[in-house]
Amino acid sequence: MSKKVPKEQYEKTFSYKFKRWLDGTKDPFLGTVEMKPQEEFREDQDALERRKRDRKRNEERVYDLERNAELRVFQKVYNIFGVLFCVFLVVMLLTAVSWLPTYGEADKPVNNEVSARYIENGLQETGAVNIVTGMILDYRAFDTLGESHVLFVATCTVLILLRLDRKEDQERFDANDRLHEPKNDVILQTVAKILVPPIMIFGIYIILAGHLGPGGGFSGGAVIGAGLILYLNAFGFVRMERFFTAKTYRRLSFCALACYSLAKSYSFYTGANHIESIIPLGTPGAILSSGLILILNICVGIVVAGTMYTFYVMFRKGGY
Amino acid sequence: MAFVQNFPFMSIILSLFSGPLCSILNGKWARRVNIAVITLVGLMSAAVLRFVSDTGEAFVYRMGHFPAPWGNEIRVGLLEAFLAVFFCIIMLLCMLGGARERETELEDSKQNLYYVMVNLLLCSLLALVYTNDLFTAYVFVEINTISACGLIMIKQNGRTMEASVRYMIMSLLGSGLFLLGICFLYDLTGHLLMSNIKEQVQLLAATGNYHIPLVVALGLMSVGLAIKSALYPFHAWLPDAYGYSTLSSAAILSSLVSKGYIFLLIKIFYRVIGFDIVGESKVIHVLFVFGIIGMLMGSLSAMKENDILRMIAYSSVAQIGYIYMGFGLGTTEGAIASIYHVVSHSASKSLLFVAASGLMDASADSTRFKDMTASGYRNKLAGVAFTVGSLAMVGMPIFSGFISKLLFSQAAIGHTYKMLPTLIALAISTILNAAYFMRTLIRIYTPIRADIKAKEGRVITLGEKPAKSVALVCFIILNLILGLNSDPIINLIQRGLGMFD
Repeated sequence: MSKKVPKEQYEKTFSYKFKRWLDGTKDPFLGTVEMKPQEEFREDQDALERRKRDRKRNEERVYDLERNAELRVFQKVYNIFGVLFCVFLVVMLLTAVSWLPTYGEADKPVNNEVSARYIENGLQETGAVNIVTGMILDYRAFDTLGESHVLFVATCTVLILLRLDRKEDQERFDANDRLHEPKNDVILQTVAKILVPPIMIFGIYIILAGHLGPGGGFSGGAVIGAGLILYLNAFGFVRMERFFTAKTYRRLSFCALACYSLAKSYSFYTGANHIESIIPLGTPGAILSSGLILILNICVGIVVAGTMYTFYVMFRKGGY
Repeated sequence: MAFVQNFPFMSIILSLFSGPLCSILNGKWARRVNIAVITLVGLMSAAVLRFVSDTGEAFVYRMGHFPAPWGNEIRVGLLEAFLAVFFCIIMLLCMLGGARERETELEDSKQNLYYVMVNLLLCSLLALVYTNDLFTAYVFVEINTISACGLIMIKQNGRTMEASVRYMIMSLLGSGLFLLGICFLYDLTGHLLMSNIKEQVQLLAATGNYHIPLVVALGLMSVGLAIKSALYPFHAWLPDAYGYSTLSSAAILSSLVSKGYIFLLIKIFYRVIGFDIVGESKVIHVLFVFGIIGMLMGSLSAMKENDILRMIAYSSVAQIGYIYMGFGLGTTEGAIASIYHVVSHSASKSLLFVAASGLMDASADSTRFKDMTASGYRNKLAGVAFTVGSLAMVGMPIFSGFISKLLFSQAAIGHTYKMLPTLIALAISTILNAAYFMRTLIRIYTPIRADIKAKEGRVITLGEKPAKSVALVCFIILNLILGLNSDPIINLIQRGLGMFD
């Protein structure tokens, strides 16, 4: 015999929830997740007017199109000429490529003593199982030294361009920071909680195993950078800045690059002066092996991770 | 191995290391580090120059434990060492000359980033000068490009933003073409080391194999570097970039950055392809024709300008045209003339920028010609310096421009079909140069008349900006040395080119 239950009480029971789930009328996220819809980006009338006025002023005052016949003609022929130039370039390059040595041919000029030594003696000479790592961080380490500084100088340029150093700008952008995103998104936070640790560990693994298998500083650093960005998106700047600030980044990247420069200076100096290097190569395949490569990979990884994270922060907020 | 032979490597690493170092220092200390590094690198390069000139032969320096085709190496000859010393001197003077402008025009918190850029730029220039490996050259071309962009846009206003975007797009296009050229060459020869590529290329040229891709590779590399050094039809980024950036950036960009690429092209011609093969190819005629057009069009554009900095910038287009015309002759004499012009143009162009800013100080910071009236009286040293620079550009005897024009015409004489165009273009271009530089000189030495409405200027004494005064005096002396004492330098260039083989 069933008993009539009041409605409020019935709504709390499992069977009611089950029924709603069965009917499809229950939204599991309703009430648990902040459901503020993203604001659509809409330019207000003033800004639109201002942009139009700027453009007009650009044409009138900067280029002075009225009286600048040369520029007017140039703007007209520019499109046609651009297309022609691209077609010419494409045709020329394709023609030239068709005259190159055939791909995969055994007696291609590229298959010479240079690559032969990398493949045959790479393991003995650098101690790295991964020949590519041995090549970029030992045989041709000078190029990679330059390459990691390319990343560094690129970050500095982005800092120059996007970092907001004046107080009033900073405050304006702080208030605006998460205008287009939901705050404290539970889904994102839960997923980040689960995913960030494995991402970090995987990134560290890629860096540390760079000389043993596929991987290395560039790819591992990129993975760690992605993990940092995910964490920042889920938990915001306040949580992030407990352990990673602009100062941390600056010091870390300086230490990494300085360590790289010093380590390589030592090996360049000893190499050129025919002094035996005291750094042991170790047993190939062990984690502590292949001389300086492991340290260099770590340095490169730090620089790459910092660069990725800094780029993201600069484009999002202009400072941290 | 003598200890001096380590200096080229040390100077590269030192300037590379000082880049990140400056990023954690404040502006003041970064400036000190920067000045110290440039001086130290200059001194070390001078020691290397002395060493190479004593031994009389170039040496290679192995970067690491592996010999050349496997590892990296750098190569130091007379010309390389000389250019390293010269670049350091010019850079030091440019930094001195623009010290006050940097303090006022750049944000305080970004001062140190400026020195990061300058240090890495110095490093990349040194590496471009010394490298014996094409791919190393490409890596440092990248550093050079990005840091040059940073130098333009660090003075943040709309003009410099636009200028740096233009510079970046053109410069990256140039880098891309250069990289494609390297890829082609690598596929044809299987090497990245300059001397090994040359061996293989000579072999290919003798047998006639792969002729088309070889020419395309040469063309791609020449055009790529020509875009980056602003040869005539690719010069659109130049006037804005030089005209609106802060003083030391403008001076460094015009006198060093473009010259680094030109020197790389010289190395490619001599050490990678071989100058005889380059001379036979059609690529060189293209460079010749565009060089000549650039000489004329650059000067014509400069004549139309009413802004003194943009005028000097357009004059660079003409001077770069001279340099490419010299290569275009396809003879060693032409190349010597071009290299001498690289040196003389670096010295006088940076002098002109610093002097022009001295004149602007005396004319309420205006760059317009009419405000410049009588500024030569208000800032006497800058007036004298601007006169020296202009005369050097025009090519008056006792100044360096005269010597390079003399060398260009001597190189052209006897050339079967390029003699007449060269001489005519030199004559016309000299007259055009004279026209716009004399116009400026007349303007700055015309007493103020009541009917010209100019901004109120003020008198600048020598002690007001001491660093700039020192830089100007040094620049004047440098230009006079280059002009009056040209024989040893020409001799050095000759011997240096001889060491290239």
